[in-house]
Amino acid sequence: MALLEVKNLGIVFGGLHAVEDFNLSLEKGSLYGLIGPNGAGKTTVFNMLTGVYKPTTGTFSLDGKKLTGKSPVEISKAGIARTFQNIRLFKNLSAIDNVKLGLHNQMKYSTFEAIFRLPRYFTTEKKMNEKAMELLKVFALDDEWDTLADNLPYGKQRKLEIARALATNPKLLLLDEPAAGMNPSETQDLMDTIRFVRDKFDMTILLIEHDMKLVSGICEEVTVLNFGTELAKGKTSDVLNNPEVITAYLGD
Amino acid sequence: MAKKSIKLSSTSKNNIVTYAILAAIFIFVEVWTATGNISSLFKGLLVPLCTYAILAVSLNLVVGILGDLSLGHAGFMCVGAYTGAFFSVLFKNSEGPEWLRFVIALLLGGIVAGIFGLLIAIPVLRLKGDYLAIVTLAFGEIIKNIVNLLYVGVDSKGLHISLTNSANLNLEPDGRMIIKGALGITGTPNDSNFVVGFILLVITVIVSLNLINSRTGRAVMSIRDNRIAAQSIGINIAKYKLIIFTISAFFAGIAGVLYAHNINSLTATTKNFGYNMSIMILVFVVLGGIGSTRGSFIAAMILTALPEMLRSVGDYRMLIYALLLIIMMIANNNEKIRSFEKRISLKKLIKTKKENRGGNV
Ligand SMILES: Nc1ncnc2c1ncn2[C@@H]1O[C@H](COP(=O)(O)OP(=O)(O)OP(=O)(O)O)[C@@H](O)[C@H]1O
Ligand SMILES: [Mg+2]
Repeated sequence: MALLEVKNLGIVFGGLHAVEDFNLSLEKGSLYGLIGPNGAGKTTVFNMLTGVYKPTTGTFSLDGKKLTGKSPVEISKAGIARTFQNIRLFKNLSAIDNVKLGLHNQMKYSTFEAIFRLPRYFTTEKKMNEKAMELLKVFALDDEWDTLADNLPYGKQRKLEIARALATNPKLLLLDEPAAGMNPSETQDLMDTIRFVRDKFDMTILLIEHDMKLVSGICEEVTVLNFGTELAKGKTSDVLNNPEVITAYLGD
Repeated sequence: MAKKSIKLSSTSKNNIVTYAILAAIFIFVEVWTATGNISSLFKGLLVPLCTYAILAVSLNLVVGILGDLSLGHAGFMCVGAYTGAFFSVLFKNSEGPEWLRFVIALLLGGIVAGIFGLLIAIPVLRLKGDYLAIVTLAFGEIIKNIVNLLYVGVDSKGLHISLTNSANLNLEPDGRMIIKGALGITGTPNDSNFVVGFILLVITVIVSLNLINSRTGRAVMSIRDNRIAAQSIGINIAKYKLIIFTISAFFAGIAGVLYAHNINSLTATTKNFGYNMSIMILVFVVLGGIGSTRGSFIAAMILTALPEMLRSVGDYRMLIYALLLIIMMIANNNEKIRSFEKRISLKKLIKTKKENRGGNV
């Protein structure tokens, strides 16, 4: 059985069919691309899969567990994590605190234990620090552990967001335009990191991206969305050479 | 790889400075009092100084850490003051140590105020910004007005409560009134003093800082910084809002008890428990630099003591007061000055890092 199973997912915004009849079946460990022109509905798909929007039609499930209609918090706990197209970090918190927030539901102690600094506070915080540093290292952010997220350069902010998402120990990771605003060498570096994350954490990754070099470089398969509907789907190299897809991107 | 494992984050360093400042303030006041140089007017200000500092630190939890605008903080203070004073007057002549009675009054005032904080937080969970400000403002006013209508007496049959007048209490001849409507509560024992007030302030600061630098505090600040991102990583927003409103109200209640045991007759007016007071506490938090525990109590103390300190300059008092307000506002909320301060501390940070690492880099 596939890890993520999406069936006929659709949403209407005041008459506008932002996404219609979206279907997807993701096997564990796959690296899948979601592409399409601006306004095609890609981010809207992510918003439905993470509970930000409630779909008008269709269902989706993770590991056989139906998640349609669940809240973002429940979906996060079920194992879907994401990053955002317009970075959403906790700006006034340090890099390490951002990642430790990702660990929030993994390593716990109570508010009472925090206020009175009981033993479990210290042991858990220590574990959290170690785990967070480990994740920061994966993204070469360990030297900046104490820097405020807002003061990090753009490329590092994108990476920190991925680190935070990974900290929630997800089964499925959704990346919304991870390379946006990066220069070619940063993008190359990011591609290596994404591949590394997939291999090291045995992660299933669904990503939205406009940078075709990145898509063809790391995604095994892609779906192309256009005006909310699926235009093409299949092996990346085949899809990218599909004349219909090229027209959609370049316009008639 | 013999890297030192002890790495202090900038927040931990900040906290150490905060505690050092508290210690310095305490020593300064104690020496000042011991040498007899303190004026009687200033002596009278010592407990209010602690009261307002506690109020500011506790409001900072809601305004600075959670990022919600609350204009009803004085309402929680009022609940605490009346609860604590009521308890103390009720048990004024009973046996047992006075300090124990005061401790119970403090706890009781805090807990009842905390319950009010929780009750207020539930309906306003979905409100943000201006709407939340309006509801909390209304809460504060309602509390103040209800308390002004409240008559409570006690006799051999127990407690009697009325919201109209004292005659309706139907007290036995041996009974006595404790809360007398607009006349409030009189005869509350004067249990408050500077040392107790300061200990309570220290406790408030410790709890605040421990809370902020914990899993709970991070969750609360994540809601402030980015609600959607907080939900996306599984933070239960409602839960943390309730926690922070309750704790904040608890300490406002404690401040109220402290206040009530420092005066002879407790009444609820616009000045002490109305929106004037709520806004003044908010001014302390804002001028201290929103989100800064240290800034909150320092601003509260300076602005409480200032009118007294400026007495010698006579008519120029308000002018200097206003100027200082403006300077504090600019200094604590200006990007450039803040980043300048950060750079200074960053330098120190790098220095200590190098020292820590020794020759192993
Ligand atoms: N909350 C909303 N209310 C109304 N319309 C919306 C809403 N969210 C998205 N839309 C519309 O749905 C369509 C798809 O938007 P979406 O953000 O998913 O596009 P996208 O494929 O991510 O585009 P881009 O590549 O520019 O990020 C757009 O027409 C957008 O205006
Ligand atoms: Mg998008």
